[in-house]
Amino acid sequence: MDLYTRRRLRSRAVVILSIGAALFGLTWLVLIVGTLFFEGFGGLSLRVFTEMTPPPGADGGLRNAIIGSLIMTSIAVLFGTPIGILAGTYLAEYGRATKLSMVVRFINDVLLSAPSIVIGLFVYEVMVISMGHFSAWAGAAALAIIVIPVVLRTTEDMLNLVPNGLREAATALGAPRYFVIRRVAYRAARNGVLTGILLAIARISGETAPLLFTALNNQFYSTDLNAPMANLPVVIFQFALSPYEDWRALAWAGALIITLAILALNIGARALAGRQTSK
Amino acid sequence: MNIETMERPMQIAEAVKAKVSIENLAFYYGDSKALKNINLTLYDRKVTAFIGPSGCGKSTLLRVLNRIYEMYPRQRAEGKVMVDGADILDPGQDLNMLRAKIGMVFQKPTPFPMSIYENIAFGVRLYERLSKEEMDERVESALRKAALWEEVKDKLSSTGLGLSGGQQQRLCIARTIAVRPEIILLDEPCSALDPISTAKIEELIDELKEEYTIVIVTHNMQQAARTSDYTAFMYLGELIEFGDTKRMFTHPEKQQTQDYITGRFG
Repeated sequence: MDLYTRRRLRSRAVVILSIGAALFGLTWLVLIVGTLFFEGFGGLSLRVFTEMTPPPGADGGLRNAIIGSLIMTSIAVLFGTPIGILAGTYLAEYGRATKLSMVVRFINDVLLSAPSIVIGLFVYEVMVISMGHFSAWAGAAALAIIVIPVVLRTTEDMLNLVPNGLREAATALGAPRYFVIRRVAYRAARNGVLTGILLAIARISGETAPLLFTALNNQFYSTDLNAPMANLPVVIFQFALSPYEDWRALAWAGALIITLAILALNIGARALAGRQTSK
Repeated sequence: MNIETMERPMQIAEAVKAKVSIENLAFYYGDSKALKNINLTLYDRKVTAFIGPSGCGKSTLLRVLNRIYEMYPRQRAEGKVMVDGADILDPGQDLNMLRAKIGMVFQKPTPFPMSIYENIAFGVRLYERLSKEEMDERVESALRKAALWEEVKDKLSSTGLGLSGGQQQRLCIARTIAVRPEIILLDEPCSALDPISTAKIEELIDELKEEYTIVIVTHNMQQAARTSDYTAFMYLGELIEFGDTKRMFTHPEKQQTQDYITGRFG
């Protein structure tokens, strides 16, 4: 066998192995998503969006959980995003090589990969115990702590991608530094930062552990931020483990809703990121 | 734009006024000294070219003139740079006002990620509150002066990033002019452009010197010869020779200058 034939055979073997590995991985994904759609669509109906979580055996939906999730996610993004963007701006624009920014960058990387249950426990210690009860505020705080490092990292990365020539050009026109950042660097990094925010929302919308320790759950519709609040992940967790058939059906429906929402966010993020590179 | 322009006799009794005088200037990147004892005068409404091999300090010298180097913490200048009689290296100098008076165009075109109109209005808004009509006028006149108006007048609201390289560079020149500077610094403005765009920019420089004092850094000796009134030849951080462009290119005083312009090193 000559060298060339051997090389072709080896190449073919490796390609077959790669395809096999890809199929193996995809199989599970298809099975998971397939089961989710199969079971989830069965439980999905208008009632899911209009009625409260029911006691076992009664009719009901997930309205309070969906609204609770939306409220806490919104608050988390409202507080987490500005902090993340401002800190990322500091790291990329002001303190590129200072000691402080190296420390902040390191801690942020740790926070980025910290198990969310640790964050839940932390907020439990700091907020739930001192307030004496579970609350939506605590839930939103835990989610915000997850949002911050994601947004911080993307902001810093995206600002670092802005060519320095743009900053020099704006500075050479006599623009003060804050103005250069706000009007030129942010503008150039905008889509990337938005992508990061969308991905952060996708990340927190499925988090269960931090909410279990903070917002807990609420069987009733409540918008009181000082009280426990229903939310999709914890309701899914509770209902899925229950022995009641109708609760389990609702859990599947809730899981499907979250998955579709995350899918939409990811597609949105991709579209934005694509626009960024095509420019 | 050719030999003819070069050989045009100096107009008699043309008053040549100093605009910038650089005195004993030294420049450091951290600990390394990039400019040594530079003494040089730039004349009002004339074009001065800085030539020399890569790394000789010509861009560095240009970047001292608007103190853009201050963006980087480890760079510093020593000496004096007198502009209209005031030392711009003085710590009390307002940097933003200085940069409004001394504009700069870079090697790579740097349109901002916004519309053509907004690119021009950006700098103007920093200093002036203009009505919509006044701003429209200012944008148009800047684009006209930069010989870009005819090409973009129908798409002022589309992004500046969609223009060709040469158009982008003229947009950057227009943006600089719109702020109404007195001095324009051009840092190898044509090195990323094709010959036709280069010719356009050179023509433009010829027109702009009626109103502005221009300094151009260039690697291209023909460009220096074509566009400038005065030439400064730099080598290894020192100013080797400075003088009337025509004389520099025909009868250089220093051997190094002669070697460089005849292509024997560089």
